Amino acid sequence: MTATGIGAPVRRKEDQRFVTGQGRYVDDFNRPGQSYAYFLRSPHAHAVIRSIDTGPARTMPGVVAVLTGDDLAADKIGGLICGWMIHSKDGSPMKAGPHPALAQGKVRYVGDHVAVVIAESLAQAKDAAEAITVDYEVLPAVVDTAQASKAPVQVHDISPDNTVFNWHLGNKDETEAAFARAKHVTKIDLVNNRLIPNAIEPRAAVGEYDPGTDSYTLYTTSQNPHVARLVLSAFIGVAPEHKLRVIAPDVGGGFGSKIFIYAEETICVWAAKKVKRPVKWTADRTEAFLSDAHGRDHVTHAEMATDESGKILGLRVHTTANLGAYLSTFASSIPTYLYAPLLSGQYDIPAIYCEVDGVYTNTAPVDAYRGAGRPEATFVVERLVEKTARELGQDSAAFRRKNFVTHFPHQTPVIMAYDTGDYAASLDKALELADYKNFQQRKQESARRGKLRGIGFSSYIEACGIAPSQAVGSLGAGVGLWESAEVRVNPTGSVEVLTGSHSHGQGHETTFAQLVSDRLGISIDQVSIVHGDTDKVQFGMGTYGSRSGAVGMSAIAKALDKVIAKGKKVAAHVLEASEGDIEFKDGKFGVAGTDRTLGFGEVALQAYIAHKFSGQDLEPGLKEGAFYDPTNFTFPAGVHICEVEIDPGTGVTKIERWTAVDDFGVIINPMIVEGQVHGGIAQGVGQALLEGAVYDQSGQLITASFNDYCMPRAIDLPSFQVGMTVTPCPSNPLGIKGCGEAGAIAAPPAVINAITDALGHEDIAMPATPQAVWRAAQKTRMPTAAE
Amino acid sequence: MTTVSLTVNGQSVTSDVDPRTLLVQFLRENLRLTGTHVGCDTSQCGACIVHLNGQAVKACTVLAVQAHASAITTIEGIAQGGELHPMQAAFREHHGLQCGYCTPGMIMSAIDIVSRKGNALDEQTIRAELEGNLCRCTGYHNIVKAIAAGAQAMAQAPLQQAAE
Amino acid sequence: MYAFEYHRPTSIREAANLANQSEDIKFLAGGHTLLPTMKLRLASPANLIDLGQIAELRGIERSGDAIVIGAMTKHAEVANSAVVREAIPALANLAELIGDPHVRNRGTIGGSIANNDPSADYPAACLALNATIATDKRRIAADDFFQGIFTTALGEGEIITQISFPIPLRAAYAKFRHPASRYALVGVFVAQHTGGVRLAVTGAGSNGVFRIAAMEEALSRNFVAESLDGISAPMDEMNSDIHADAAYRAHLVGVMARRAVQAAARG
Repeated sequence: MTATGIGAPVRRKEDQRFVTGQGRYVDDFNRPGQSYAYFLRSPHAHAVIRSIDTGPARTMPGVVAVLTGDDLAADKIGGLICGWMIHSKDGSPMKAGPHPALAQGKVRYVGDHVAVVIAESLAQAKDAAEAITVDYEVLPAVVDTAQASKAPVQVHDISPDNTVFNWHLGNKDETEAAFARAKHVTKIDLVNNRLIPNAIEPRAAVGEYDPGTDSYTLYTTSQNPHVARLVLSAFIGVAPEHKLRVIAPDVGGGFGSKIFIYAEETICVWAAKKVKRPVKWTADRTEAFLSDAHGRDHVTHAEMATDESGKILGLRVHTTANLGAYLSTFASSIPTYLYAPLLSGQYDIPAIYCEVDGVYTNTAPVDAYRGAGRPEATFVVERLVEKTARELGQDSAAFRRKNFVTHFPHQTPVIMAYDTGDYAASLDKALELADYKNFQQRKQESARRGKLRGIGFSSYIEACGIAPSQAVGSLGAGVGLWESAEVRVNPTGSVEVLTGSHSHGQGHETTFAQLVSDRLGISIDQVSIVHGDTDKVQFGMGTYGSRSGAVGMSAIAKALDKVIAKGKKVAAHVLEASEGDIEFKDGKFGVAGTDRTLGFGEVALQAYIAHKFSGQDLEPGLKEGAFYDPTNFTFPAGVHICEVEIDPGTGVTKIERWTAVDDFGVIINPMIVEGQVHGGIAQGVGQALLEGAVYDQSGQLITASFNDYCMPRAIDLPSFQVGMTVTPCPSNPLGIKGCGEAGAIAAPPAVINAITDALGHEDIAMPATPQAVWRAAQKTRMPTAAE
Repeated sequence: MTTVSLTVNGQSVTSDVDPRTLLVQFLRENLRLTGTHVGCDTSQCGACIVHLNGQAVKACTVLAVQAHASAITTIEGIAQGGELHPMQAAFREHHGLQCGYCTPGMIMSAIDIVSRKGNALDEQTIRAELEGNLCRCTGYHNIVKAIAAGAQAMAQAPLQQAAE
Repeated sequence: MYAFEYHRPTSIREAANLANQSEDIKFLAGGHTLLPTMKLRLASPANLIDLGQIAELRGIERSGDAIVIGAMTKHAEVANSAVVREAIPALANLAELIGDPHVRNRGTIGGSIANNDPSADYPAACLALNATIATDKRRIAADDFFQGIFTTALGEGEIITQISFPIPLRAAYAKFRHPASRYALVGVFVAQHTGGVRLAVTGAGSNGVFRIAAMEEALSRNFVAESLDGISAPMDEMNSDIHADAAYRAHLVGVMARRAVQAAARG
């Protein structure tokens, strides 16, 4: 390992600009002649729009334009799309209702887009929006996930029972048979609480139109600018793909919420041409709460069958997934193919059957949020495994160990073929780091102070590196999930890497440069990573699902291989040797068995001046591209152990210790990987203890600001003890599995298993707020010092 | 319009502003100092923290006109002569940032913590003092480490502290 | 935010004159409640009178058996005041628990009291310490000042100038923070005076800050936490929301009251 190569904790190259306030986020861009957009949003969860009177607003000071859904329709602008087709059990396609960027005839959630005012200033746009009169016929709303299909309310005409799909996976008959012969069946009812992503940078967009070239530019807070361009052009139809440049500059966190193509950026591009001015929109936090795609929101009943020895025989799950008022970009895939295939966890479960009903409600659309389906699956599996172990009177760790998958490859009953892993190794290391053997002593010490102490495990697995394009295509994905890279070597030997991945906190400018430095033997200072601009990078699928290492870097590695191969040809000519005798090692091209070498920079220069070879034999230049399509998902896995102490007097839960042992395969930069784990845990703890979106029965979002939606603060969290085990991933050239979502997937069941351990009963839901824990603790037999 | 005169990062600025202009808007839009960010509407996230007469304040909850005759320091104003402020350097060294959006507010808050609580900061003090700063990326683990280290480094660099 | 006229008087008299001469005014103190409200367009004064340049509204001093704090004194100044720490440490501790460090650097005691937010901290101290609120027109006892949620005895254009806190024998404030907003979900201030104990609760009440006579009487007889055994907070006066229903709030009032008494007894 070199100081800047693979495995080195290199300090981040991007940080210089961020710590000095020189980062460039979308709202930092101001275009000449810019106007400001403000969206009039529905105050009602469900209403027919009888009429919209924009007349008075149009005459307000500074107003440039007031546009509504009628204007969109007149310009034949299409609706927002959901890019993953799910079929119900009966073979019928999912029921996707219309999703116009500005409401047409009906609003379906509080925050739905009714009209846009474009003005000289934001304040003027807001003033004018207040002068718009909308005549609503308010309809009853449905917000409750479990009740949606029975409610006397119809969100979309296409779906009389508010059901998007009734989907299933697994083998029903084998699963029923497994339950029939079970010695013990453990049952659990779970709610996976709805979350609001809350990247600290709110979404923003600046649309610009150049009449001279008839082309558009969109600056947007996106995790995947090429996908945004594809959807905006091919489906929504605001501009032809080759005439639309999408730039996603520095982006202040995404966590999934910036994958999707939203109404606001659509409107900014479309309106820029209509008003002949750049149009800027930046969400305020209230808008973010109302209209960013939310996450999770499942109601699940699950059962686990075990034999007399405590071996798991089968698992059956029924989940209702709230998809909100409209199907967001990838909404349908999250509670289906990103969920049920993970229900085997780390365990050898012979039979699994899962049914998922996706439902519409009058709430904000629900889509991927850090982990996206996998936290929900892990919560089901790990809560159920824990409860089973407790019911059987077995040690939680021992019960897990007994049921671990130990032979690879392992085919689960739910699509996934686990390629490699060593789950017991992670568990052993975690037990050691968590000082499990002295836990009872600590519990007694807490009891002496009148406190309840508990410990909780989460042996999670996730599927990352999404994904083999053919496979996901067969499952309904509308796109392939490969990644692209282009490596441009300059005549001076410096290197630009153009990647389809997008960094919004992950540190790609550093880790990707480490790979190049490692492979080419050049300083990372000689490497620039270029991303987030469709005019620079030809195409890419973007960053989500912990895929940028396993897929994005694999594409770069493939392109680097081609650069080296081309370099060998150049070197062979310069060194007057046969190509087969050229070796590339430590940044030098040399003739095998001799001391004749050329540095990487010298070969780059020779490739461009092309004096030593005929252009007929070898093309000048040194630039290679690659598309990498994964051959399998990757399977990061690990064990998180949470130890809590509860004050039964107030219900306050304090996390006393957190131990994480993860297997992410090969690690490029351990400093960055640990940072990803920390952040994921914080979001998972947030879900378990603090965060929960609450709508009232009329569909008003009660938790629409940081005053009511509880974000994790520093004081709510401990420092984390993070360890690693490594089984390299066999399915990609770098052995990487991915790390971005692990913490958010692992953490919630670890916390709830710890709290239920402390309480001595299972009756607590997420978020386990002080009020909820206090109430639950009323049912707990108080410990005495003697225990 | 109301006239405000103030000092921003050592430079005198006089400007006519609409009284409803927030200090953060004034910095970002009038002065193009875009390192100070806006992350919420309710004075909670802390992305907008600047120093007003040496004290950390949320620039989203101060009118520009209220800052009349005061001295403002923003994230752009703490590095001296091309050298990072020790707290900036500590955030980089300890990976105290990911997306970078909360970072300017975190660093300005951290420097303020040191000025109030001294250079030897324990973990609990730092966590309690970060009450007014939200980060969604880091889980705070490395921010806490960075602030502890930055606080110590500031003791070694008294000149830089005095420069503010 | 809607447009407004901005005024920056430098004396109480000038501020009062401006208030008399102008329509639809609001005084701007620290701004940490008013400005967010105006940003969300929930308040729209035509005239905003900034009290920030009035030197006579600031300062902390001991005056006989009381601590007198100027209305525009910031929370951080109270928290860090040696005078307050020595005479009424509970008051400094309370100030240090308000909001976050940046809020404390701007927010003022006068602004907090004038707003009478049902989950603000200072109203509990005023009531329990039997404070007197002085305005440019009169002096008002705390018991008369707080008149229910966001409602006070202040008249139109009346300016709080200072608050006088009688120094108690001992006192303490125990706060249970709202998990999200960090305001008081329940805050209990208890103070033992020569004439008896006063105990005030903020955050919990559906009609703002209030005292609990039964607890005061019990503690006046014997100032130990055990005196509160069997006395519960009045359920019908409790606020209820998604974070804490009435039963939980009432329970927390008891817990915080005990903790406050224990802390006060420790000194």
